[in-house]
Amino acid sequence: MKSAHVFEAEETVAGYDNETIIHGVNLSIPSNKISVMIGANACGKSTLLKTMARLIKPSSGQITLDGQSIDKIPAKQLARVLGMLPQSPIVPEGITVSDLVGRGRFPHQSFFGGWSKKDYEAVAEAMDIMNVTALSDNHIDELSGGQRQRVWIAMALAQQTDILFLDEPTTFLDITYQVEILDLLTDLNQKYGTTIVMVLHDINLSARYADHIFALKQGQLLAEGEPSKVMTSALIKEIFGLDCTVIKDPISGSPSIVPIGRHHVYDDIFSLNKGKSVTS
Amino acid sequence: MNQSVTYIVKGRRQRRYRWILVTGLLLALACLLSCGMLLLGSTMYPAQDVFHVLMGEDISGVSFAVETIRLPRMLAGLFAGFAFGISGHTFQTMLRNPLASPDVIGITAGSSAAAVFCILILHASGTVVSIASVISGLITVLLIYIFSKGKTFSIGRLILVGIGMQAMLNALVSYLLLVGAQQDIPSALRWLNGSLNGSQMDELPPLMITVLFVAPIVIALGKHVSILELGEEAATTLGLHTDRTRMMLIVGAVSLLALATATTGPIAFVAFLSGPIAKRLVGVGLSNAIPAGLVGVNLVLGADLIGQFAFEVRYPVGVITGILGAPYLIFLLTRMNRKGNVS
Repeated sequence: MKSAHVFEAEETVAGYDNETIIHGVNLSIPSNKISVMIGANACGKSTLLKTMARLIKPSSGQITLDGQSIDKIPAKQLARVLGMLPQSPIVPEGITVSDLVGRGRFPHQSFFGGWSKKDYEAVAEAMDIMNVTALSDNHIDELSGGQRQRVWIAMALAQQTDILFLDEPTTFLDITYQVEILDLLTDLNQKYGTTIVMVLHDINLSARYADHIFALKQGQLLAEGEPSKVMTSALIKEIFGLDCTVIKDPISGSPSIVPIGRHHVYDDIFSLNKGKSVTS
Repeated sequence: MNQSVTYIVKGRRQRRYRWILVTGLLLALACLLSCGMLLLGSTMYPAQDVFHVLMGEDISGVSFAVETIRLPRMLAGLFAGFAFGISGHTFQTMLRNPLASPDVIGITAGSSAAAVFCILILHASGTVVSIASVISGLITVLLIYIFSKGKTFSIGRLILVGIGMQAMLNALVSYLLLVGAQQDIPSALRWLNGSLNGSQMDELPPLMITVLFVAPIVIALGKHVSILELGEEAATTLGLHTDRTRMMLIVGAVSLLALATATTGPIAFVAFLSGPIAKRLVGVGLSNAIPAGLVGVNLVLGADLIGQFAFEVRYPVGVITGILGAPYLIFLLTRMNRKGNVS
């Protein structure tokens, strides 16, 4: 079982160059759980994730891991506790799957040392979990989008961190692969207790797979908690400006939102809504 | 899982064998070419005489040819080739683009201009030339970086700015040659294209010392380079200090390059060709710095032997490597054009 950590953002303000995107966020990542950050485009969810993974330095406030500010923790030591799969990592030309996954071992290796037995085991385990062992000697360029994403996650797993961040791990994937990736991440969380924090675009998949939701709007934390408590039509309206009704997901029992547009709405059920949008 | 471990070990071992095999063959070829450099010449001396001279004996005629002409020429080619190869490979890998070679983006030209200025105008030598060319190379890097910065970093812009810098600095070298070496065609050729002609033993120590001390550091950073290759974000989350690593690599690679340039002139395209050739031979996955350096050695020594003996006229080494490198440059540029960007 992976160790529990207290991982918090305190009054965090962050952004790029002159533009502040995160305006004073306080939050604590629930240990050994799956958390998902949701919000409209440009609400700062990726920025917040990157700030917490020390890719962006907060302009004020701080990120703390077990009470210690993360920029005070030596880089490699932090990399053994906190791993992150960036949104668009770069594939070195012609590299094989096992070599790429092996690079996740970097924080565990010394300056001169080669691969230890532990390194091989960690890489094998990560590749087994992500089901890419058979692709070991393939070149990354030969893989499909879904396979490629599994390889990247395997690299992050080889890092053997207690906490794993993923920035939109399912974007650009077919729905089949989205579900596959989220299932594998859930396996990981259930089997090893890995704390997972990710940014997802799909609200309903977020509600289904998350233990905890962070809802962001304009760089601020609007609501957080279990999906069944947090996901209401009022919240969705507030975050996305979208009318919807929330039903129970017939498969998982989690909340599932059904958007209400201007067209294709039954007159007898939502005549009020429709009437509104026609006049406006 | 044990089965998976075995599977992964097997794949890695295969790649490692290939690395060892290729590196071994490159080393053997380099030894062969080095011997060729010592044995071949306008007068052929018996191999045992050459060997005895190298061991310190004094044989009239042979001693002069070997110790004063052939040995310095061979050593200059050997060390400069290794330095060019590693330096080019480092820049190309760090910037993830074969066009981002120091002899394409003007860094070599920067070092060259400083060396020409110090030697022909100031009549300086040794340490002064070395230091000036290293500093000038680093300033060139800085200028390219500043000019290509823009709002977001773009490797395409960096390469185009570098090509511009190259043209400007080459014009400066030509000007300095016109002012300083009007009568001296051999030295002019050396500074335009690179040459081993007239290499002297007492010019070599700065280059040799730099290669012996700096090359191992750059080679040892191979693992860090492979992490840097994954992009800024992935590298940072893996616990790499990206800025610090890049700084060390740039200073190391520029030192090697500048000292080689100050000794032999900017031997055309050796830095540019070595990395891609090594990569083709070894494959990807393990650090290719050593094979790239050895490819550099073989290119310089091989091209020099061809230049000396294959034609009626003797050509300096840079003319031959230039003929080899130009088609590859054109190939890369057409590929970049087809893809619509420099990548």
